[in-house]
Formats: sequence, C-alpha cells, structure tokens
Amino acid sequence: MVTVLSDAYIIGAGETKFGELWEKSLRELAVEAGLRAVENAGIYSRDVEVLYGSNSLAGIINGQENIGALLSDFSGIAENHIPAIRIEASTASGGAAVRQAYLAVKSGEYDLVMVGGVEKMTDVYGSETLDLTSSVLDREWEAFFGGTPAALAAITARKYMADFKVDKEALAMISVNDHLNASKNPNAHYRNKITVEQAMNSTPVAEPLNLMDCSPITDGAAAILVASENYIKKNRLEGVRILSSADAQDYLAVHSRKSIYGLDSAKIASQKALSKAGMKIGDVSFVELHDSYSIYGLLELEDLGFAEKGKAKDLVYNEIKLDGRIPVNPSGGLKAKGNPFGATGVGQFVEAYMQLNGKAGERQVKGAKNAMLHSMGGTGSMSVVHMVGDA
Amino acid sequence: MGEVSRFWRESVHRYRLVAHKCGNCMKVYFPPRDVCPICHRESIGKMSEEQLSGKGEIESFSVVHDVPSPFTRQRPYILAIIKLDEGPSITAQIVDCDPGEVEIGKRVSTVFRKIAQQGESGIIEYGYKFVLD
Repeated sequence: MVTVLSDAYIIGAGETKFGELWEKSLRELAVEAGLRAVENAGIYSRDVEVLYGSNSLAGIINGQENIGALLSDFSGIAENHIPAIRIEASTASGGAAVRQAYLAVKSGEYDLVMVGGVEKMTDVYGSETLDLTSSVLDREWEAFFGGTPAALAAITARKYMADFKVDKEALAMISVNDHLNASKNPNAHYRNKITVEQAMNSTPVAEPLNLMDCSPITDGAAAILVASENYIKKNRLEGVRILSSADAQDYLAVHSRKSIYGLDSAKIASQKALSKAGMKIGDVSFVELHDSYSIYGLLELEDLGFAEKGKAKDLVYNEIKLDGRIPVNPSGGLKAKGNPFGATGVGQFVEAYMQLNGKAGERQVKGAKNAMLHSMGGTGSMSVVHMVGDA
Repeated sequence: MGEVSRFWRESVHRYRLVAHKCGNCMKVYFPPRDVCPICHRESIGKMSEEQLSGKGEIESFSVVHDVPSPFTRQRPYILAIIKLDEGPSITAQIVDCDPGEVEIGKRVSTVFRKIAQQGESGIIEYGYKFVLD
C-alpha cells in the first residue's frame, strides 16, 4: 500500500449576487453558483467525485432538510450517484465544508470535490427571522431568555469597550471599511459607502450596537472546486493552493466562556493554521474575517493575531484599508458583501481565488500572495481558519 | 415552536435556579451539566444538584430593540450576563428599572417571571429574571 498525500488546490470559483433575492429559490441559488464554479474551472461535472453542501438554516427557514440530495439532484448530477452531504456548523458551515473538501483531497480519497454553500434567508420576515437565526445560540439558556446574536455581541461589546477604553467610533470603522470595499464588488449586498457618522447614528439594534454594526439578512450562494495535484497536472490546470486548514471549538454560550470578549476558537484555529502553513502573522497579505457584528471585527483582529488584546482600535483607521498594512475584507465582509450563513464562508474562498489570481478589479489587493480566511460559528463557538495562496 | 415537554423538563432549573456541582473539583455549573469540563471522567456520577442563591452582579448588558417574535410585547428589554455569587455566569433579563439605572458591576437578585409566550394560544413560559438590589 502506498499512501498518497496530495496538496489541495482551488481550481474554480463562482457565486451569485448576494442580497434580497426574492425571485430566486434555495435550489436556484445553489445551482447558479455551482454552474459558475464549474464553468470557471473549465471542467466537466462528471469529474466531481463528492459534493459538500454548506447550509445552516434551510430546515427551519425553508422547511427543507436533505440538502445534499437537493443540491446533487438539481445540479443535474443525481445519475452520477456521487456522495452529496450537507455540512452544518452554524455560521461557520462554509469554512467547515471547505475543510472537509481539503481533508478529502489531502487524504488521497478524492481528486475533485465540489463545495457549495447556500442560504435563502428572506423566505421568512422580520421578528420571525430573528427567532430562527437565534438558533445559532444556546436555544434553552440564551435565546429562551431573549438572547439574539446581536444582543450577545452587544453584551460583549459593552464590556470590551469599558475594559479597554474603546469608543464606538472604532467599531463603526469596521463597517465603514466593509462598505467602502463592497462599493467595488458587483456581487455585494450593499454597495453604498457609509460615513462614520451615519454608522454611529443609525437605528439602535441592541445597545451599544446600531444597525450599521450588524450584518444584514442576505440570500446568496457560493461554490468552489477543490482538486488534487494529480488532477491539476493531468488536466493542465492552474490552482490556488490551500496551504493549511484548522478548526477549533469553544463553549456554545457566551456566559460559559472564560472571557466574554475572548474568541478562543479564533485564536487557536489561527495559530494552528499559521503553524501548519509554516507562516507567521506578518506574512499574511490580507484577511477575510467573520465580522457578523462590528465588535467581532475588532476582537478577531486581536485573536487572529494581528493586534494585542484591546489594541485593534489602532488598526481600524488606516491599516485595514485595501492599501493598508493588513487589508481586511476586500470583498466587503459580512456587513456589506452580506451574510448568507451557509454561503458566507465559501464566499471568502471565491474572493481569495479572484484576489490571488489578480482578478479582483477595483478592489484588488496589490501584490497579494496569500490570504487568511476566517469563518466563525455563532458568537464564537467555532472558528475555521484557512491559509490559501503562496506561503 | 416546541412542545410542552421541552419547557417542562427544565422547570426545576428555571423556576428554582438549581445548578449542578462537580463532586471532584466542587465547581458549580449553571445550566446543569452531566460532565465537568475540568474533571471529565473523574466527574461522572459525581455531579449533584446545588441550590443557587439567585444573587450576583452584572458583568455586562445590552438594551435590546430588535427582538424575536415571542418577545415583541417586551421591547425594548435589558439582557445581561450576570456573574452569580456561586461562580457561574448566566444570561437573563433585568426588569423593573430604567435602562439608565443599569451599570456593569451592580448587584442583582433573581425574581420569578413570565419569559415569553408562543403565539396567541401557545405555551406561556416562566423562569428567572433579575432586579437591581
């Protein structure tokens, strides 16, 4: 027996527009992104050996489970009889699904894997949506008492701001940066630029967080193809290498964690991912981080390793810009590109694939060699971190 | 959403604030756990019920304006993480006060209240909330 350990490469990527897409269904979105990825890679769908579908809430929002079968069927590959499995890890589903693809290729079991992430969130409205998205929390001990994702993020924000003397403006700058970058991304949910005053004076959602501190309710889908070295050579393709992949868990509820503003899952996953890639934090060209709420943008800059605890506020005015020392969310991030839960993490890979091939247009990060991609579940219960590109 | 049994089986914990204590390291957990995350197998069979005093202090809080459907009649409400005197932190509402009176570090005590209602004719859920001392 010869053990084959292959490197894994992204050879194609595609996504739908992110937004409130009333005219499109769950399955239509998924198929649209998948077909774009296949077309982009220039391969035949008959070569795909396994499909990982990333989705978080279809069961309760769309009344649809059995997502693997749905995606395989309407992608037109049911008669290929390949395995198709849903990966659910709350809002980290995207990163978790890509990690499964990475492991599948790395192990030598498969040469070509498709990852498709999709979320159709606007099929329910208003306060009902909020009840359903609160299922990413501990339903019985957080959501039951009135906890929502925004409320928990706000509780974290208030304590962090008090302990480290951070003002609301620093939080708002995360959203301002996202909107500026999204204005250059045709697929982004919101392409309007916002000022720091607009962000700080927007409607309160959960004090101290306002509407402009919160990612929107977004529909969308994203897909990538992950191939082995063998497949690439045989078909004379080029790809962006997945340098490393790591994930880490923490307690489900914020109240059980060691600190209410320490994202230990992000810290551990990023340290592992950097170490496996043989890289230091200073080697990272840009980062796509999971800023579902502006406060998480600050906390992640710290826990992913870009700043000391309490010091992310020093990065948010200049360093995080497209031409700054560590560009953050060139795609527009969760606030402005949008946050369709199951598609969000896969969408980060679509962005990295474009950026590292020099095809990101106006929002191109100049000279980008690699990227750190961070997908986070709920309020920090899980983080998946990937390094892609060249070390 | 949810049937009666989902709420009924947590009644003892939610109505009377009954926690679990690890017989190995003596740490108190709320909500209750069957395995102590510090002692692991050493804790199996040694987790016993522990009555909490219902007193603690505010670690942090939010005034929540955008609320889920079961809570629309309570908008806005104050949600906090409270550090209980016995050790565990819990998520709960602070009631019977003006949001301006709530501060990190203030002492609070538990009260028994209606939490939410599942629609017009659905289950009415009860449990703990907190008031300022």
